Amino acid sequence: MSDRWRSLLEKICIPIGALLAALVIFGLFCALAGANPLGVYYSIYRAAFGSWSSFQNTLIQASPLMLSALCTALPARLGLVIIGNEGALVLGGLAAVAGGLTLGGWGLPTPGVQLGMALAGMAAGGIWIAIVGALRHYRAVNETISSLLMNYIAIALLNHMVNGPMKDPSSLNKPSSYPLPEMHMLGNLPGSRVHYGLVLGLVACGLAYFLIQRTTFGFAARTAGGNVRAARVAGLPVGKLTLAICFLGGACAGLAGMVEVAAVHGRANESLNANYGYGGVLVAFIARHNPIAASLVALLLGGILASGGILQRSHGLPDATVMVFQGIVFLSVLYSDSLYGRLPIFKERGVQPSPPMATATPV
Amino acid sequence: MKTAIAAPQIKTAPPELEVINLTKRFGSFTALDQVSIKVTPGSFHALLGENGAGKSTLVKCIMGFYTPTSGEVLVDRQSRAIDSPKDAHHFGLGMVYQHFTSVPAMTVAENLVLSRYDSPQWINWKTEYDRLDAFMATSPFQIDLRTPIAQLAAGQKQKLEILKQLYLNSRVLILDEPTSVLTPDEADEVLGLLREEVTAGHLSVLMISHKFREVMAFTDEVTVLRKGKLAGHGYVRDLTVDDMAHMMLGEKTEATPVEKVAIADSQPVLELKDLCADRDNGLPAVCSANLIVNSGEIVGIAGVSGNGQRELVEVLAGQRPRHSGDILVNGEPYQSTRKEMARHQVYTLPEEPLRNACVPHMSVAENMALRTFDCPPQARRGWLLSLRNIRRMAEGLVKVFSVKTPSVDTPVGHLSGGNVQRTVLARELSSTNINLLIAANPCFGLDFSAVDYIHSQILAARNRGVAVLLVSEDLDELLKLSDRIVVISGGELVYESPTAAADIKTLGHKMAGH
Repeated sequence: MSDRWRSLLEKICIPIGALLAALVIFGLFCALAGANPLGVYYSIYRAAFGSWSSFQNTLIQASPLMLSALCTALPARLGLVIIGNEGALVLGGLAAVAGGLTLGGWGLPTPGVQLGMALAGMAAGGIWIAIVGALRHYRAVNETISSLLMNYIAIALLNHMVNGPMKDPSSLNKPSSYPLPEMHMLGNLPGSRVHYGLVLGLVACGLAYFLIQRTTFGFAARTAGGNVRAARVAGLPVGKLTLAICFLGGACAGLAGMVEVAAVHGRANESLNANYGYGGVLVAFIARHNPIAASLVALLLGGILASGGILQRSHGLPDATVMVFQGIVFLSVLYSDSLYGRLPIFKERGVQPSPPMATATPV
Repeated sequence: MKTAIAAPQIKTAPPELEVINLTKRFGSFTALDQVSIKVTPGSFHALLGENGAGKSTLVKCIMGFYTPTSGEVLVDRQSRAIDSPKDAHHFGLGMVYQHFTSVPAMTVAENLVLSRYDSPQWINWKTEYDRLDAFMATSPFQIDLRTPIAQLAAGQKQKLEILKQLYLNSRVLILDEPTSVLTPDEADEVLGLLREEVTAGHLSVLMISHKFREVMAFTDEVTVLRKGKLAGHGYVRDLTVDDMAHMMLGEKTEATPVEKVAIADSQPVLELKDLCADRDNGLPAVCSANLIVNSGEIVGIAGVSGNGQRELVEVLAGQRPRHSGDILVNGEPYQSTRKEMARHQVYTLPEEPLRNACVPHMSVAENMALRTFDCPPQARRGWLLSLRNIRRMAEGLVKVFSVKTPSVDTPVGHLSGGNVQRTVLARELSSTNINLLIAANPCFGLDFSAVDYIHSQILAARNRGVAVLLVSEDLDELLKLSDRIVVISGGELVYESPTAAADIKTLGHKMAGH
């Protein structure tokens, strides 16, 4: 078995093992909560993939996850751990609604309005995360902490806008913006309830993979992410790369926000803040920041999220049980990260690592 | 080891430390070859040698950080198995490192208690303070126990490091360049106090040093290492500085002849004008460096490590921002951007290639493409990678530069040190029209065949008319390769001489900061 295959197998087996471990722990949790774990597993499976109807729910949940996962996966190639997906998503949705209402007001045709909404959402999300990148590069602010904190600012901004300047006076129970006209909403794929956001998600994942693996930009980003000192010796513009890749990641999350408002909610309100951002972080980590893998993992996690209701109805478990499951999956995936290169079956036999010459420090 | 904290301490004579025929190999590289040294009780012993001579490796073998490949360490004439610093402490050996090992946020007393190998789970601070006060009363230097480390000056911190070892009742102190972070006055004070302790018969000291002045002033005996071998031993009272420099640097009045072609019509390629750069901690590392490197010339920068040469290379390589000053390449201002590197054909062989010039988890092919991945034929239309051409080019380079790798897809981090250096060499020297090559310790830690190969490649580049700036801590290498030698000391270029006319003794003096 060549090194390549062994390493690929390792990358597939460890996340699957982590998921299985998470399932076992979650089963224990369900048993403690008084439900039959096997029954819960079966319900999750049925609710996620059991029928065409339920699988459509899964697909609807998966599309924003795919897009928001890229907000973590792309900067990760540059060595940045960004978890500001939620904020970029929320702001993307807000900007998309604002753009859609404005352009619609000017009487643009539907394709123009939709394009404008997408661009507005991507610009808002992109700039939001690019700020994180700039703080990191120019002021050495920890990008994980700053992106996390900026989520709260973004959510507060959303609440401020829909309670104030953008508030539709007729939305009383749940303050919202004015609704987008029905004709400007994103449609569904023919013969299904699944909206075009799924196509956007799949295309974005494919493009992201191509960008990272096959373009000079991706090569430069991977180099800077792998060893910034080597990147500097090669004269690569590390600062520009950081800003560009943060912008692209944020733009994907912003597009997820646009999809949510333009295909699901039809207006901006607190429903935008539906944890797709944090779900996206989880997806990116399970996929080891590979965009293609992220699209598959998003399906899996979308299925789990889609099963929240049925756990409540058939097993008497609280609605938040799926969040517990999500949390357990996250922890076990993070733990599994420490296992790479440790398990003997995946160890290479061909080349021995070099002797520790560098440890003889100069005197 | 309750005795370690008993106060007042019983001042017995220190044990005798002897190393017999110690050999240490790292892979195929021999760091120490049959080295013997004897530290007699109550003597101040200096261990001299150039960088990479094996001094650190020797003391690390004594202290149990490394397991010797062969040879013995004797304490009080009995062979001892020392597998860890804790074992070494058991035999009364203690080491003071080049860098401070105290916790800055804690007080002197807390750090002393922390350093004990038998730190109790529950600390009775009253009795600890009583003991520490008693200990301080008998120790050669005093530091206020309640001062936080962060408020101590460098000299006091170094004193604390030594006090720590005395507190642990170490009777043979091993000091690794204890004065490199001190001012000359602080150094004299610390060494003077230690000298008194040694004269009183309370201690033996084995000190690694580069500084002849300190060796002459404070030590009794000296052992010199050169390239991992014992190069000499003697009593300081019988020796002069020149004798010791001679032992340290070897017979090198004439550089090994190498074929050099005279270059007609030599132009200045690299010019440094009042270049200043800072260390990571913001203190100046390079102060107003002025230097010209012409085409077809190798300019060697000699110096003891830590005198600013690393920062100088990092600035030139684009890894560190300059503080002030100008760098001109071919007469144009140079900011180390990718565009300028490509236009002026500037290439770099940084030290520690795996850390500075490679992405360890990326493949050999990708690492070899680091300079050219955005130019045809490796990139199509300027943005699309041609993976096939990247592989093809790497396969060619692997053959030409004889890189030993299972395939060009192997991550470069899996290769041996010599092959990593060859990978970088292939990338940096394969271009046909190089203008300027900046090389820093290109042969550090490599075996002799790899060293020869790299030297011949650098010389071949020079003979093609490349301007080469060679920064090295190996004086042999500089004398062999360079046309001109410049000495850097304390961040300043203090001495310059054509290699043919260079006087080894003067170089040694200048490097030592005289």
